[in-house]
Amino acid sequence: MFEYLNLLLTDFTIQTITLGTAIIGLTCGILGSFAVLRKQSLLGDAIAHSALPGIAIAFILTGVKDTLLFIIGASLSGIIGAIWINSITKNTRLKSDSALGIILSVFFGFGIVLLTIIQRKPNANQAGLERFLFGQAATLVPSDVIVIGIIGILSLILIIIFWKEFKILTFDPQFAKTLGYNIHLLDLLLTSFIVVAIVLGLQAVGVVLMSALLLAPAAAARQWSNKLGTMIIISAIFGALSGIIGTAISSTNLRLSTGPIIVLIAVTLVLLSFVFSPSRGLLSRQLRYIKNRKSMRLNKTLQQMLEIVDSHEDFSHPHSIKLLNDLQGFRKKCLKELENLGLIKIQLNNWSLTEEGYKKAKSI
Amino acid sequence: MSSAQIEIQLIAVVVALACAIPGTFLVLRQMAMISDAISHSILPGIVIGFLITQNISSPILIFFAALTGVLTVVVVESITKTKLVKEDTAIGLVFPAFFSIGVLIISSQLGNIHIDTDAVLVGELAYAPLDRLIIFDIDIGPVSLWVMLGILSLTLFLMIFFYKELKISTFDAELAASLGFTPIVIHYFLMSITSLTTVGAFNAVGAILVVALIIVPPASAYLLTNDLNKMLFYSSLIAIISAIGGYWIAHLANTSISGSIATLLGLIFLFVFLFAPDNGLISVISRQKRQKMEFTLLTFLIHLKNHSFSNNNPPEREISHLTEGHFRWNKSLAKKILDFAEKNNMISIENGIINLTERGEKFTGEALNFILNNETSKLEDMNERFLLFRG
Repeated sequence: MFEYLNLLLTDFTIQTITLGTAIIGLTCGILGSFAVLRKQSLLGDAIAHSALPGIAIAFILTGVKDTLLFIIGASLSGIIGAIWINSITKNTRLKSDSALGIILSVFFGFGIVLLTIIQRKPNANQAGLERFLFGQAATLVPSDVIVIGIIGILSLILIIIFWKEFKILTFDPQFAKTLGYNIHLLDLLLTSFIVVAIVLGLQAVGVVLMSALLLAPAAAARQWSNKLGTMIIISAIFGALSGIIGTAISSTNLRLSTGPIIVLIAVTLVLLSFVFSPSRGLLSRQLRYIKNRKSMRLNKTLQQMLEIVDSHEDFSHPHSIKLLNDLQGFRKKCLKELENLGLIKIQLNNWSLTEEGYKKAKSI
Repeated sequence: MSSAQIEIQLIAVVVALACAIPGTFLVLRQMAMISDAISHSILPGIVIGFLITQNISSPILIFFAALTGVLTVVVVESITKTKLVKEDTAIGLVFPAFFSIGVLIISSQLGNIHIDTDAVLVGELAYAPLDRLIIFDIDIGPVSLWVMLGILSLTLFLMIFFYKELKISTFDAELAASLGFTPIVIHYFLMSITSLTTVGAFNAVGAILVVALIIVPPASAYLLTNDLNKMLFYSSLIAIISAIGGYWIAHLANTSISGSIATLLGLIFLFVFLFAPDNGLISVISRQKRQKMEFTLLTFLIHLKNHSFSNNNPPEREISHLTEGHFRWNKSLAKKILDFAEKNNMISIENGIINLTERGEKFTGEALNFILNNETSKLEDMNERFLLFRG
């Protein structure tokens, strides 16, 4: 930890990489929220794969390795993939899972064909292309970070401008249509932003892990808030944190590559959120369940007592505890708890309802 | 053709068939993406299996890896069951996590031994014949061919044996459950087969081609037929064509075989997607256009009928009413509908007043009858009988 902080303050490369992965995590966190809420979770995986031919074609056409150029090529082919997926699900009987799988594997396969051809060329230096495939955050240089930063900020501004439209589109597209919005155009716009975020993310974690970087921060944030704005802010923080912590861990241990570590941190955040979220989490759900079960049991015992008591004119008349033993679901512990709540009185081997207990039993 | 070339094509065909058969059921059950998840999350299983056996094609390794594949499905399902996230989100989280663990074990334990992540993803079919299976000093062919033949026969055997159960549980899970086939058993049976096939194939062709072979042939076949038997047949046929065709494309263009097979599959799908007789894009769009025209025509004729009794010359029957009155159509639509109605002998026009012909009266009357009796599905038949020209 200390070693890393020292590096962060002094080492320019580490500063660059940390800033880069943080911005990438942040952008993916923001746009991933829309993907998760619009039930397009696996779109990220498909688009990440379908970006490959765009990168290869950009390289074939220009012959230079340039981050911005690759981002443009990848985004274009990602958007073509997304449009085709949309057209398959809309116009044929195939469902989205098949459409995603087709585009993902076919585009990627075609990309591999192009890459192999590039590789065979004498002047080809593939290192830059590989980075998009398997994500090597460690190779980020300041100019990359500037490009990533500018694109990240641009998409952030556009999201703020179109905030209301995107929100309606996400939660109730039919309503958006009746309000007169051009939902096809909005859909294309939002999908394009998601594509751009994915293309940025490719550089940090690569094709395979991309879907987790897009989904994990949003899936974690979803557990902490029911409001879109809050969820997106939390998601952005989670995304940036995953990038920063992942870079920190892998920079102090060179055998651990950055991409997988970032993804595992993000997934850990999801697991923690699943367990510890106050309103939806598994822990609080279990606690609520135990509490409900306990109060049900007490209520049941109280009700059974009432049946016994009702056979007598005076409700405070004491009855033997033995009477209760045969009843279903009765436990000794219940008596103690009911007494603590002031609903019954216990004297030796007898119990009687208090006035409060009688009222409560009547009201159940 | 050299013997290596024949062997490569044989392996490709066997892998393609072994993928297309479980793929058909995955596509029908809308679980295609689970194959993508499995194909990636088997990595830690392969790595751990390799650490134990030190042999990339050992049966123990295949078993371990297949187990990881099934484990992925179990984890995805238990996350989905908490209802904290949707199933697709769970899939998208689980397989990268598994893959990351695999990558980290490789980079920290294995250094530079020949499993690296891009080999798992991309694979190289050209090297598959190099690994020979030698029994009693006799070379009986490439290991991966025998492994995949074994998996293919197992798949075929199980599919023929459980065909009825698979079919019923795929199309009507509730009926299957009420007949006593536990859907969960069939589900895990299919998942195990998928996982085993993926593991067996990864070494030869790579994860992405496995996904392509599992999803694309059945998806294309699904656009061509409604019959499960025919779908299995078409999808096998497409698988074989793309395996052999892809090999030759790669051979001529001097490029990756896996990539070429996937690309050819993509072209076949594109062709089917555009031109499939009933479910293709062109046929769907022209049908929608026709239905829209015929629906508009019917609306117009009912309107005419509605105003045919009122008085001699109601404004509702004037041609100008189409653009100015109740309809407010634009001029080109109004003209199109008028032409369409006239061509079909539904109306006659005199001095700018539109009248229903006898034929038009009959058509509209029957249509109204169907609509009022909630039998709108019969309208299509009626259009078929009445219209001389379809929309």
